[in-house]
Amino acid sequence: MNRNYSDGEFAVEVSKLTRDFGHFRAVDAVSFSVEKGEIFGFLGANGAGKTTTVRMLCGLLMPSSGTAAVGGFDVYTQVEQIKNSIGYMSQSFSLYEDLTVRENIQFYGGVYGLKRKEIRRKTEELLDYLNLWDHADQLTRDLPLGWKQRMALSTAILHDPNIIFLDEPTSGVDPASRRDFWLLIYELAERGKTVFVTTHYMDEAEYCDRVSIMKQGKIVEIDKPEVLKEKYGSESMQQVFINVVSEVIGE
Amino acid sequence: MNKVLLSIVKKEFIHIWRDPQTLFIVIMFPILMLFLYGYAITMEMKQIDTIIIDHSKSPQSRVYIEKIIAIDFFKVRFEDLPESKIEDVFFQREARCVIVFPSDFADQLVKNTNTPIQLLIDASDPNAANFIINYLSKINLAFNRENNISYAGPFSIEPRILYNPDFKSAYFFVPGLVAVIMLLISALLTSIAIVREKENGSLEQILVSPVRPIQIIIGKVIPYVFLGLFDSVLVLVVACFWFGVPINGSILWLGVSLLIYVLTGMCFGLLISTITNTQQVAMMATLVITILPSFLLSGFIFPVRSMPVIFQWFSKIIPATHFLVVIRGIMLKGIGLNELWPQLLILTGFSLFLMIVSMKKFSTKLE
Amino acid sequence: MENPIVIENLKKSYGKVQAVDNVSLEVAPGEVFGLIGPDGAGKTTIIRILVSLLSPDSGKVFFLGKDVSKNPVFVRSHIGYMPQRFSLYRDLSVEQNLRFFGDLFHISRAKQGKQMEWLYNFSKLRPFKNRLAGALSGGMKQKLALSCMLMHEPEVIVLDEPTFGVDPVSRHEFWDILKTLAEHGITILVSTAYMDEANLCSRVALLHEGHILAMDKPKTLVQQFQHPIFRLESNQPYSLYTKLKTTEFADSIHLFGDGIHFSDKDQLGQRTIVRKLKEWNIEYDSIQPVQANLEDLFLERMR
Repeated sequence: MNRNYSDGEFAVEVSKLTRDFGHFRAVDAVSFSVEKGEIFGFLGANGAGKTTTVRMLCGLLMPSSGTAAVGGFDVYTQVEQIKNSIGYMSQSFSLYEDLTVRENIQFYGGVYGLKRKEIRRKTEELLDYLNLWDHADQLTRDLPLGWKQRMALSTAILHDPNIIFLDEPTSGVDPASRRDFWLLIYELAERGKTVFVTTHYMDEAEYCDRVSIMKQGKIVEIDKPEVLKEKYGSESMQQVFINVVSEVIGE
Repeated sequence: MNKVLLSIVKKEFIHIWRDPQTLFIVIMFPILMLFLYGYAITMEMKQIDTIIIDHSKSPQSRVYIEKIIAIDFFKVRFEDLPESKIEDVFFQREARCVIVFPSDFADQLVKNTNTPIQLLIDASDPNAANFIINYLSKINLAFNRENNISYAGPFSIEPRILYNPDFKSAYFFVPGLVAVIMLLISALLTSIAIVREKENGSLEQILVSPVRPIQIIIGKVIPYVFLGLFDSVLVLVVACFWFGVPINGSILWLGVSLLIYVLTGMCFGLLISTITNTQQVAMMATLVITILPSFLLSGFIFPVRSMPVIFQWFSKIIPATHFLVVIRGIMLKGIGLNELWPQLLILTGFSLFLMIVSMKKFSTKLE
Repeated sequence: MENPIVIENLKKSYGKVQAVDNVSLEVAPGEVFGLIGPDGAGKTTIIRILVSLLSPDSGKVFFLGKDVSKNPVFVRSHIGYMPQRFSLYRDLSVEQNLRFFGDLFHISRAKQGKQMEWLYNFSKLRPFKNRLAGALSGGMKQKLALSCMLMHEPEVIVLDEPTFGVDPVSRHEFWDILKTLAEHGITILVSTAYMDEANLCSRVALLHEGHILAMDKPKTLVQQFQHPIFRLESNQPYSLYTKLKTTEFADSIHLFGDGIHFSDKDQLGQRTIVRKLKEWNIEYDSIQPVQANLEDLFLERMR
């Protein structure tokens, strides 16, 4: 997919990033960069090191070696600044199920230190945007999964971050809701936000500007989906993925 | 107050309200424990089955017996057993104490300075045995003073038993139970509150925000301090009105001490939560770390002075040891800050120390 | 031979939520039957009723000819059931896990050994038999879980989202194993939220909010799709999409990868569509009719 986002600036720059857990090298000298406003798909088999990489970029894990900058901030020394400039929606993240929609929004607004007025304004904006006014005081637990996921994304970007990390945001969501979710992602990208997303749905990979495929801690492919499809002579990213990952396994 | 802190506190309160089952358990658990343990321990101490074998059947022995019956502590039964059968009484657990008045009791009383009464106690429960001896020697003294002519010397010893004149065991045990229960419940509340978020992954979401450990920790503790204080009040009400333990000292200072103590317990819980990853482990760790030492080494059941030196040292780092001094002091002795400030200072120190260690250990990373 | 799984007019609600609403289906011997649908479609509820863990509000379920509600013990000892997010004993080795499940179903040690050999053959787990289950990769864990439930040689196996969160390659392998099992005559009922897995089933039921939207062979389903689908491609599909959203086509378009699917409900035909797009000044690279897929069907039926 081609969108015009490029202005030559990088939102994420990673060079030889490595992370060991004991003797196990989860991420092995990974290098890549993501441009501002880009929708970057981060694909890979289970245990390939995607989540570890994302966590390092979000300041949740210290790298073992290599360098990485997120929004121009160093992951070793400027974790505080990174946390202020990113939004993160984790794999396991569910909002607090025993809080209402409104309470969840207010809580995350508070956590990011937004002013009371700002929180009120943002809450109204979000409820408008997500069309959730009728459910504002309903427990989050009772919402359909597709709504929960969109709400989770919306609360993750309450503080208006420039870079957004999404770790398997659409698992188990119905096809219509998944499309709604992706429309949200596009909108963010149109507003100049950088979106960094991991997924197991290969059709979603096609929505990305560029994708990388990780295998056993290394990035083995990184390019535009159409380029990769051409390279592997495949109709779909699904086929590309299977080719790439199986090929490396075979080695 | 800091806005971030405020929203964490608020959220935590909502969690508490939205989960009535847990709230009910948190409120009922201490009371239930107090009742169970309170009765388990004090029932032993009351209503000691006692057999009196009165071979004398004299007015003098009758007076003595009246004094025994007058105390609620003994549940007296009269029987005429031969000496050889007495041991069976203990084996069959029919009685824990047998008092035998010899047939010449009245005579001896007039003639001799020493009048033997045979007292047989089942000492398999040494605590109860101690109480029996204490009660009986008190009765003995009173009896001697009034009836034993030859005992009426120039001076008589009259012990005054302070703070717990009736030797009521509830006075002794219930404040101790309050100490154990409150430490346990406070530590459980905070340890589980944090580990729960680790378990369901929401902590990860908070950690990517610029929130500081101190905000998370204090925000988590504040709501539970209220809950803990509420529990304390309930437990004290039961202690006072059900078990009849008096509060001789200042209620205000009792409240302040409980606040400090609850805080210590919560900081214990915090520390546990920083080093455990599942609610199950956190719960087990909290039970082991709080209950066992508090029960055994704090002076709750066994006096600290009678422990081996190494345990005496160890008992000093158990919060309950210090709080026991405070709560017994305020409730029974009616003393206040003048005497108890060292203990309160130590408890405050504990809280601060544990909180600082927890904050150092509470990583904003996921490893 | 009668169908091993027969479900008739099944209903189940949780409070106000109708989780399963009048579902009827039959699974034939040796079939790989897929319950396809997102979270909350009712897949898990149907499966739990089938394995006798839940009671239906109304309706009947027959397993190997027996009424499930009256024969729970029979069902549990003859069915192979792999629950959602099934996790093994992480601190037991692969072999210990298999043995445990064998013991659970009173399978003799000798028979366990034979069964394990067979299972190692197609799961390719033999080299890892002494490894702790916790140290296996996601795909291998799923294969081990599947093997565990096959220890007692059930004729019918029921799997609730076995491939949830598993990467496409491991999913592919897992489905190959299911196919092999079906060839051995095992009847399989499997649920999934991944549409692409529907094509690997012999028959599917598309589920949404407790209803069956459609049920048949995957190929038949797409062939019977009522109206033509046109695929519009553009190097900026998102802006194309937002533009189309402002037109009368708004309700008939869906994003599909790097293109847009337009479902031609009014049978306008390609020429009319092209003319309209031109009238509206909407630019695109290409337009061509395409075969509808199950996702088109799902999107169409679920509204």
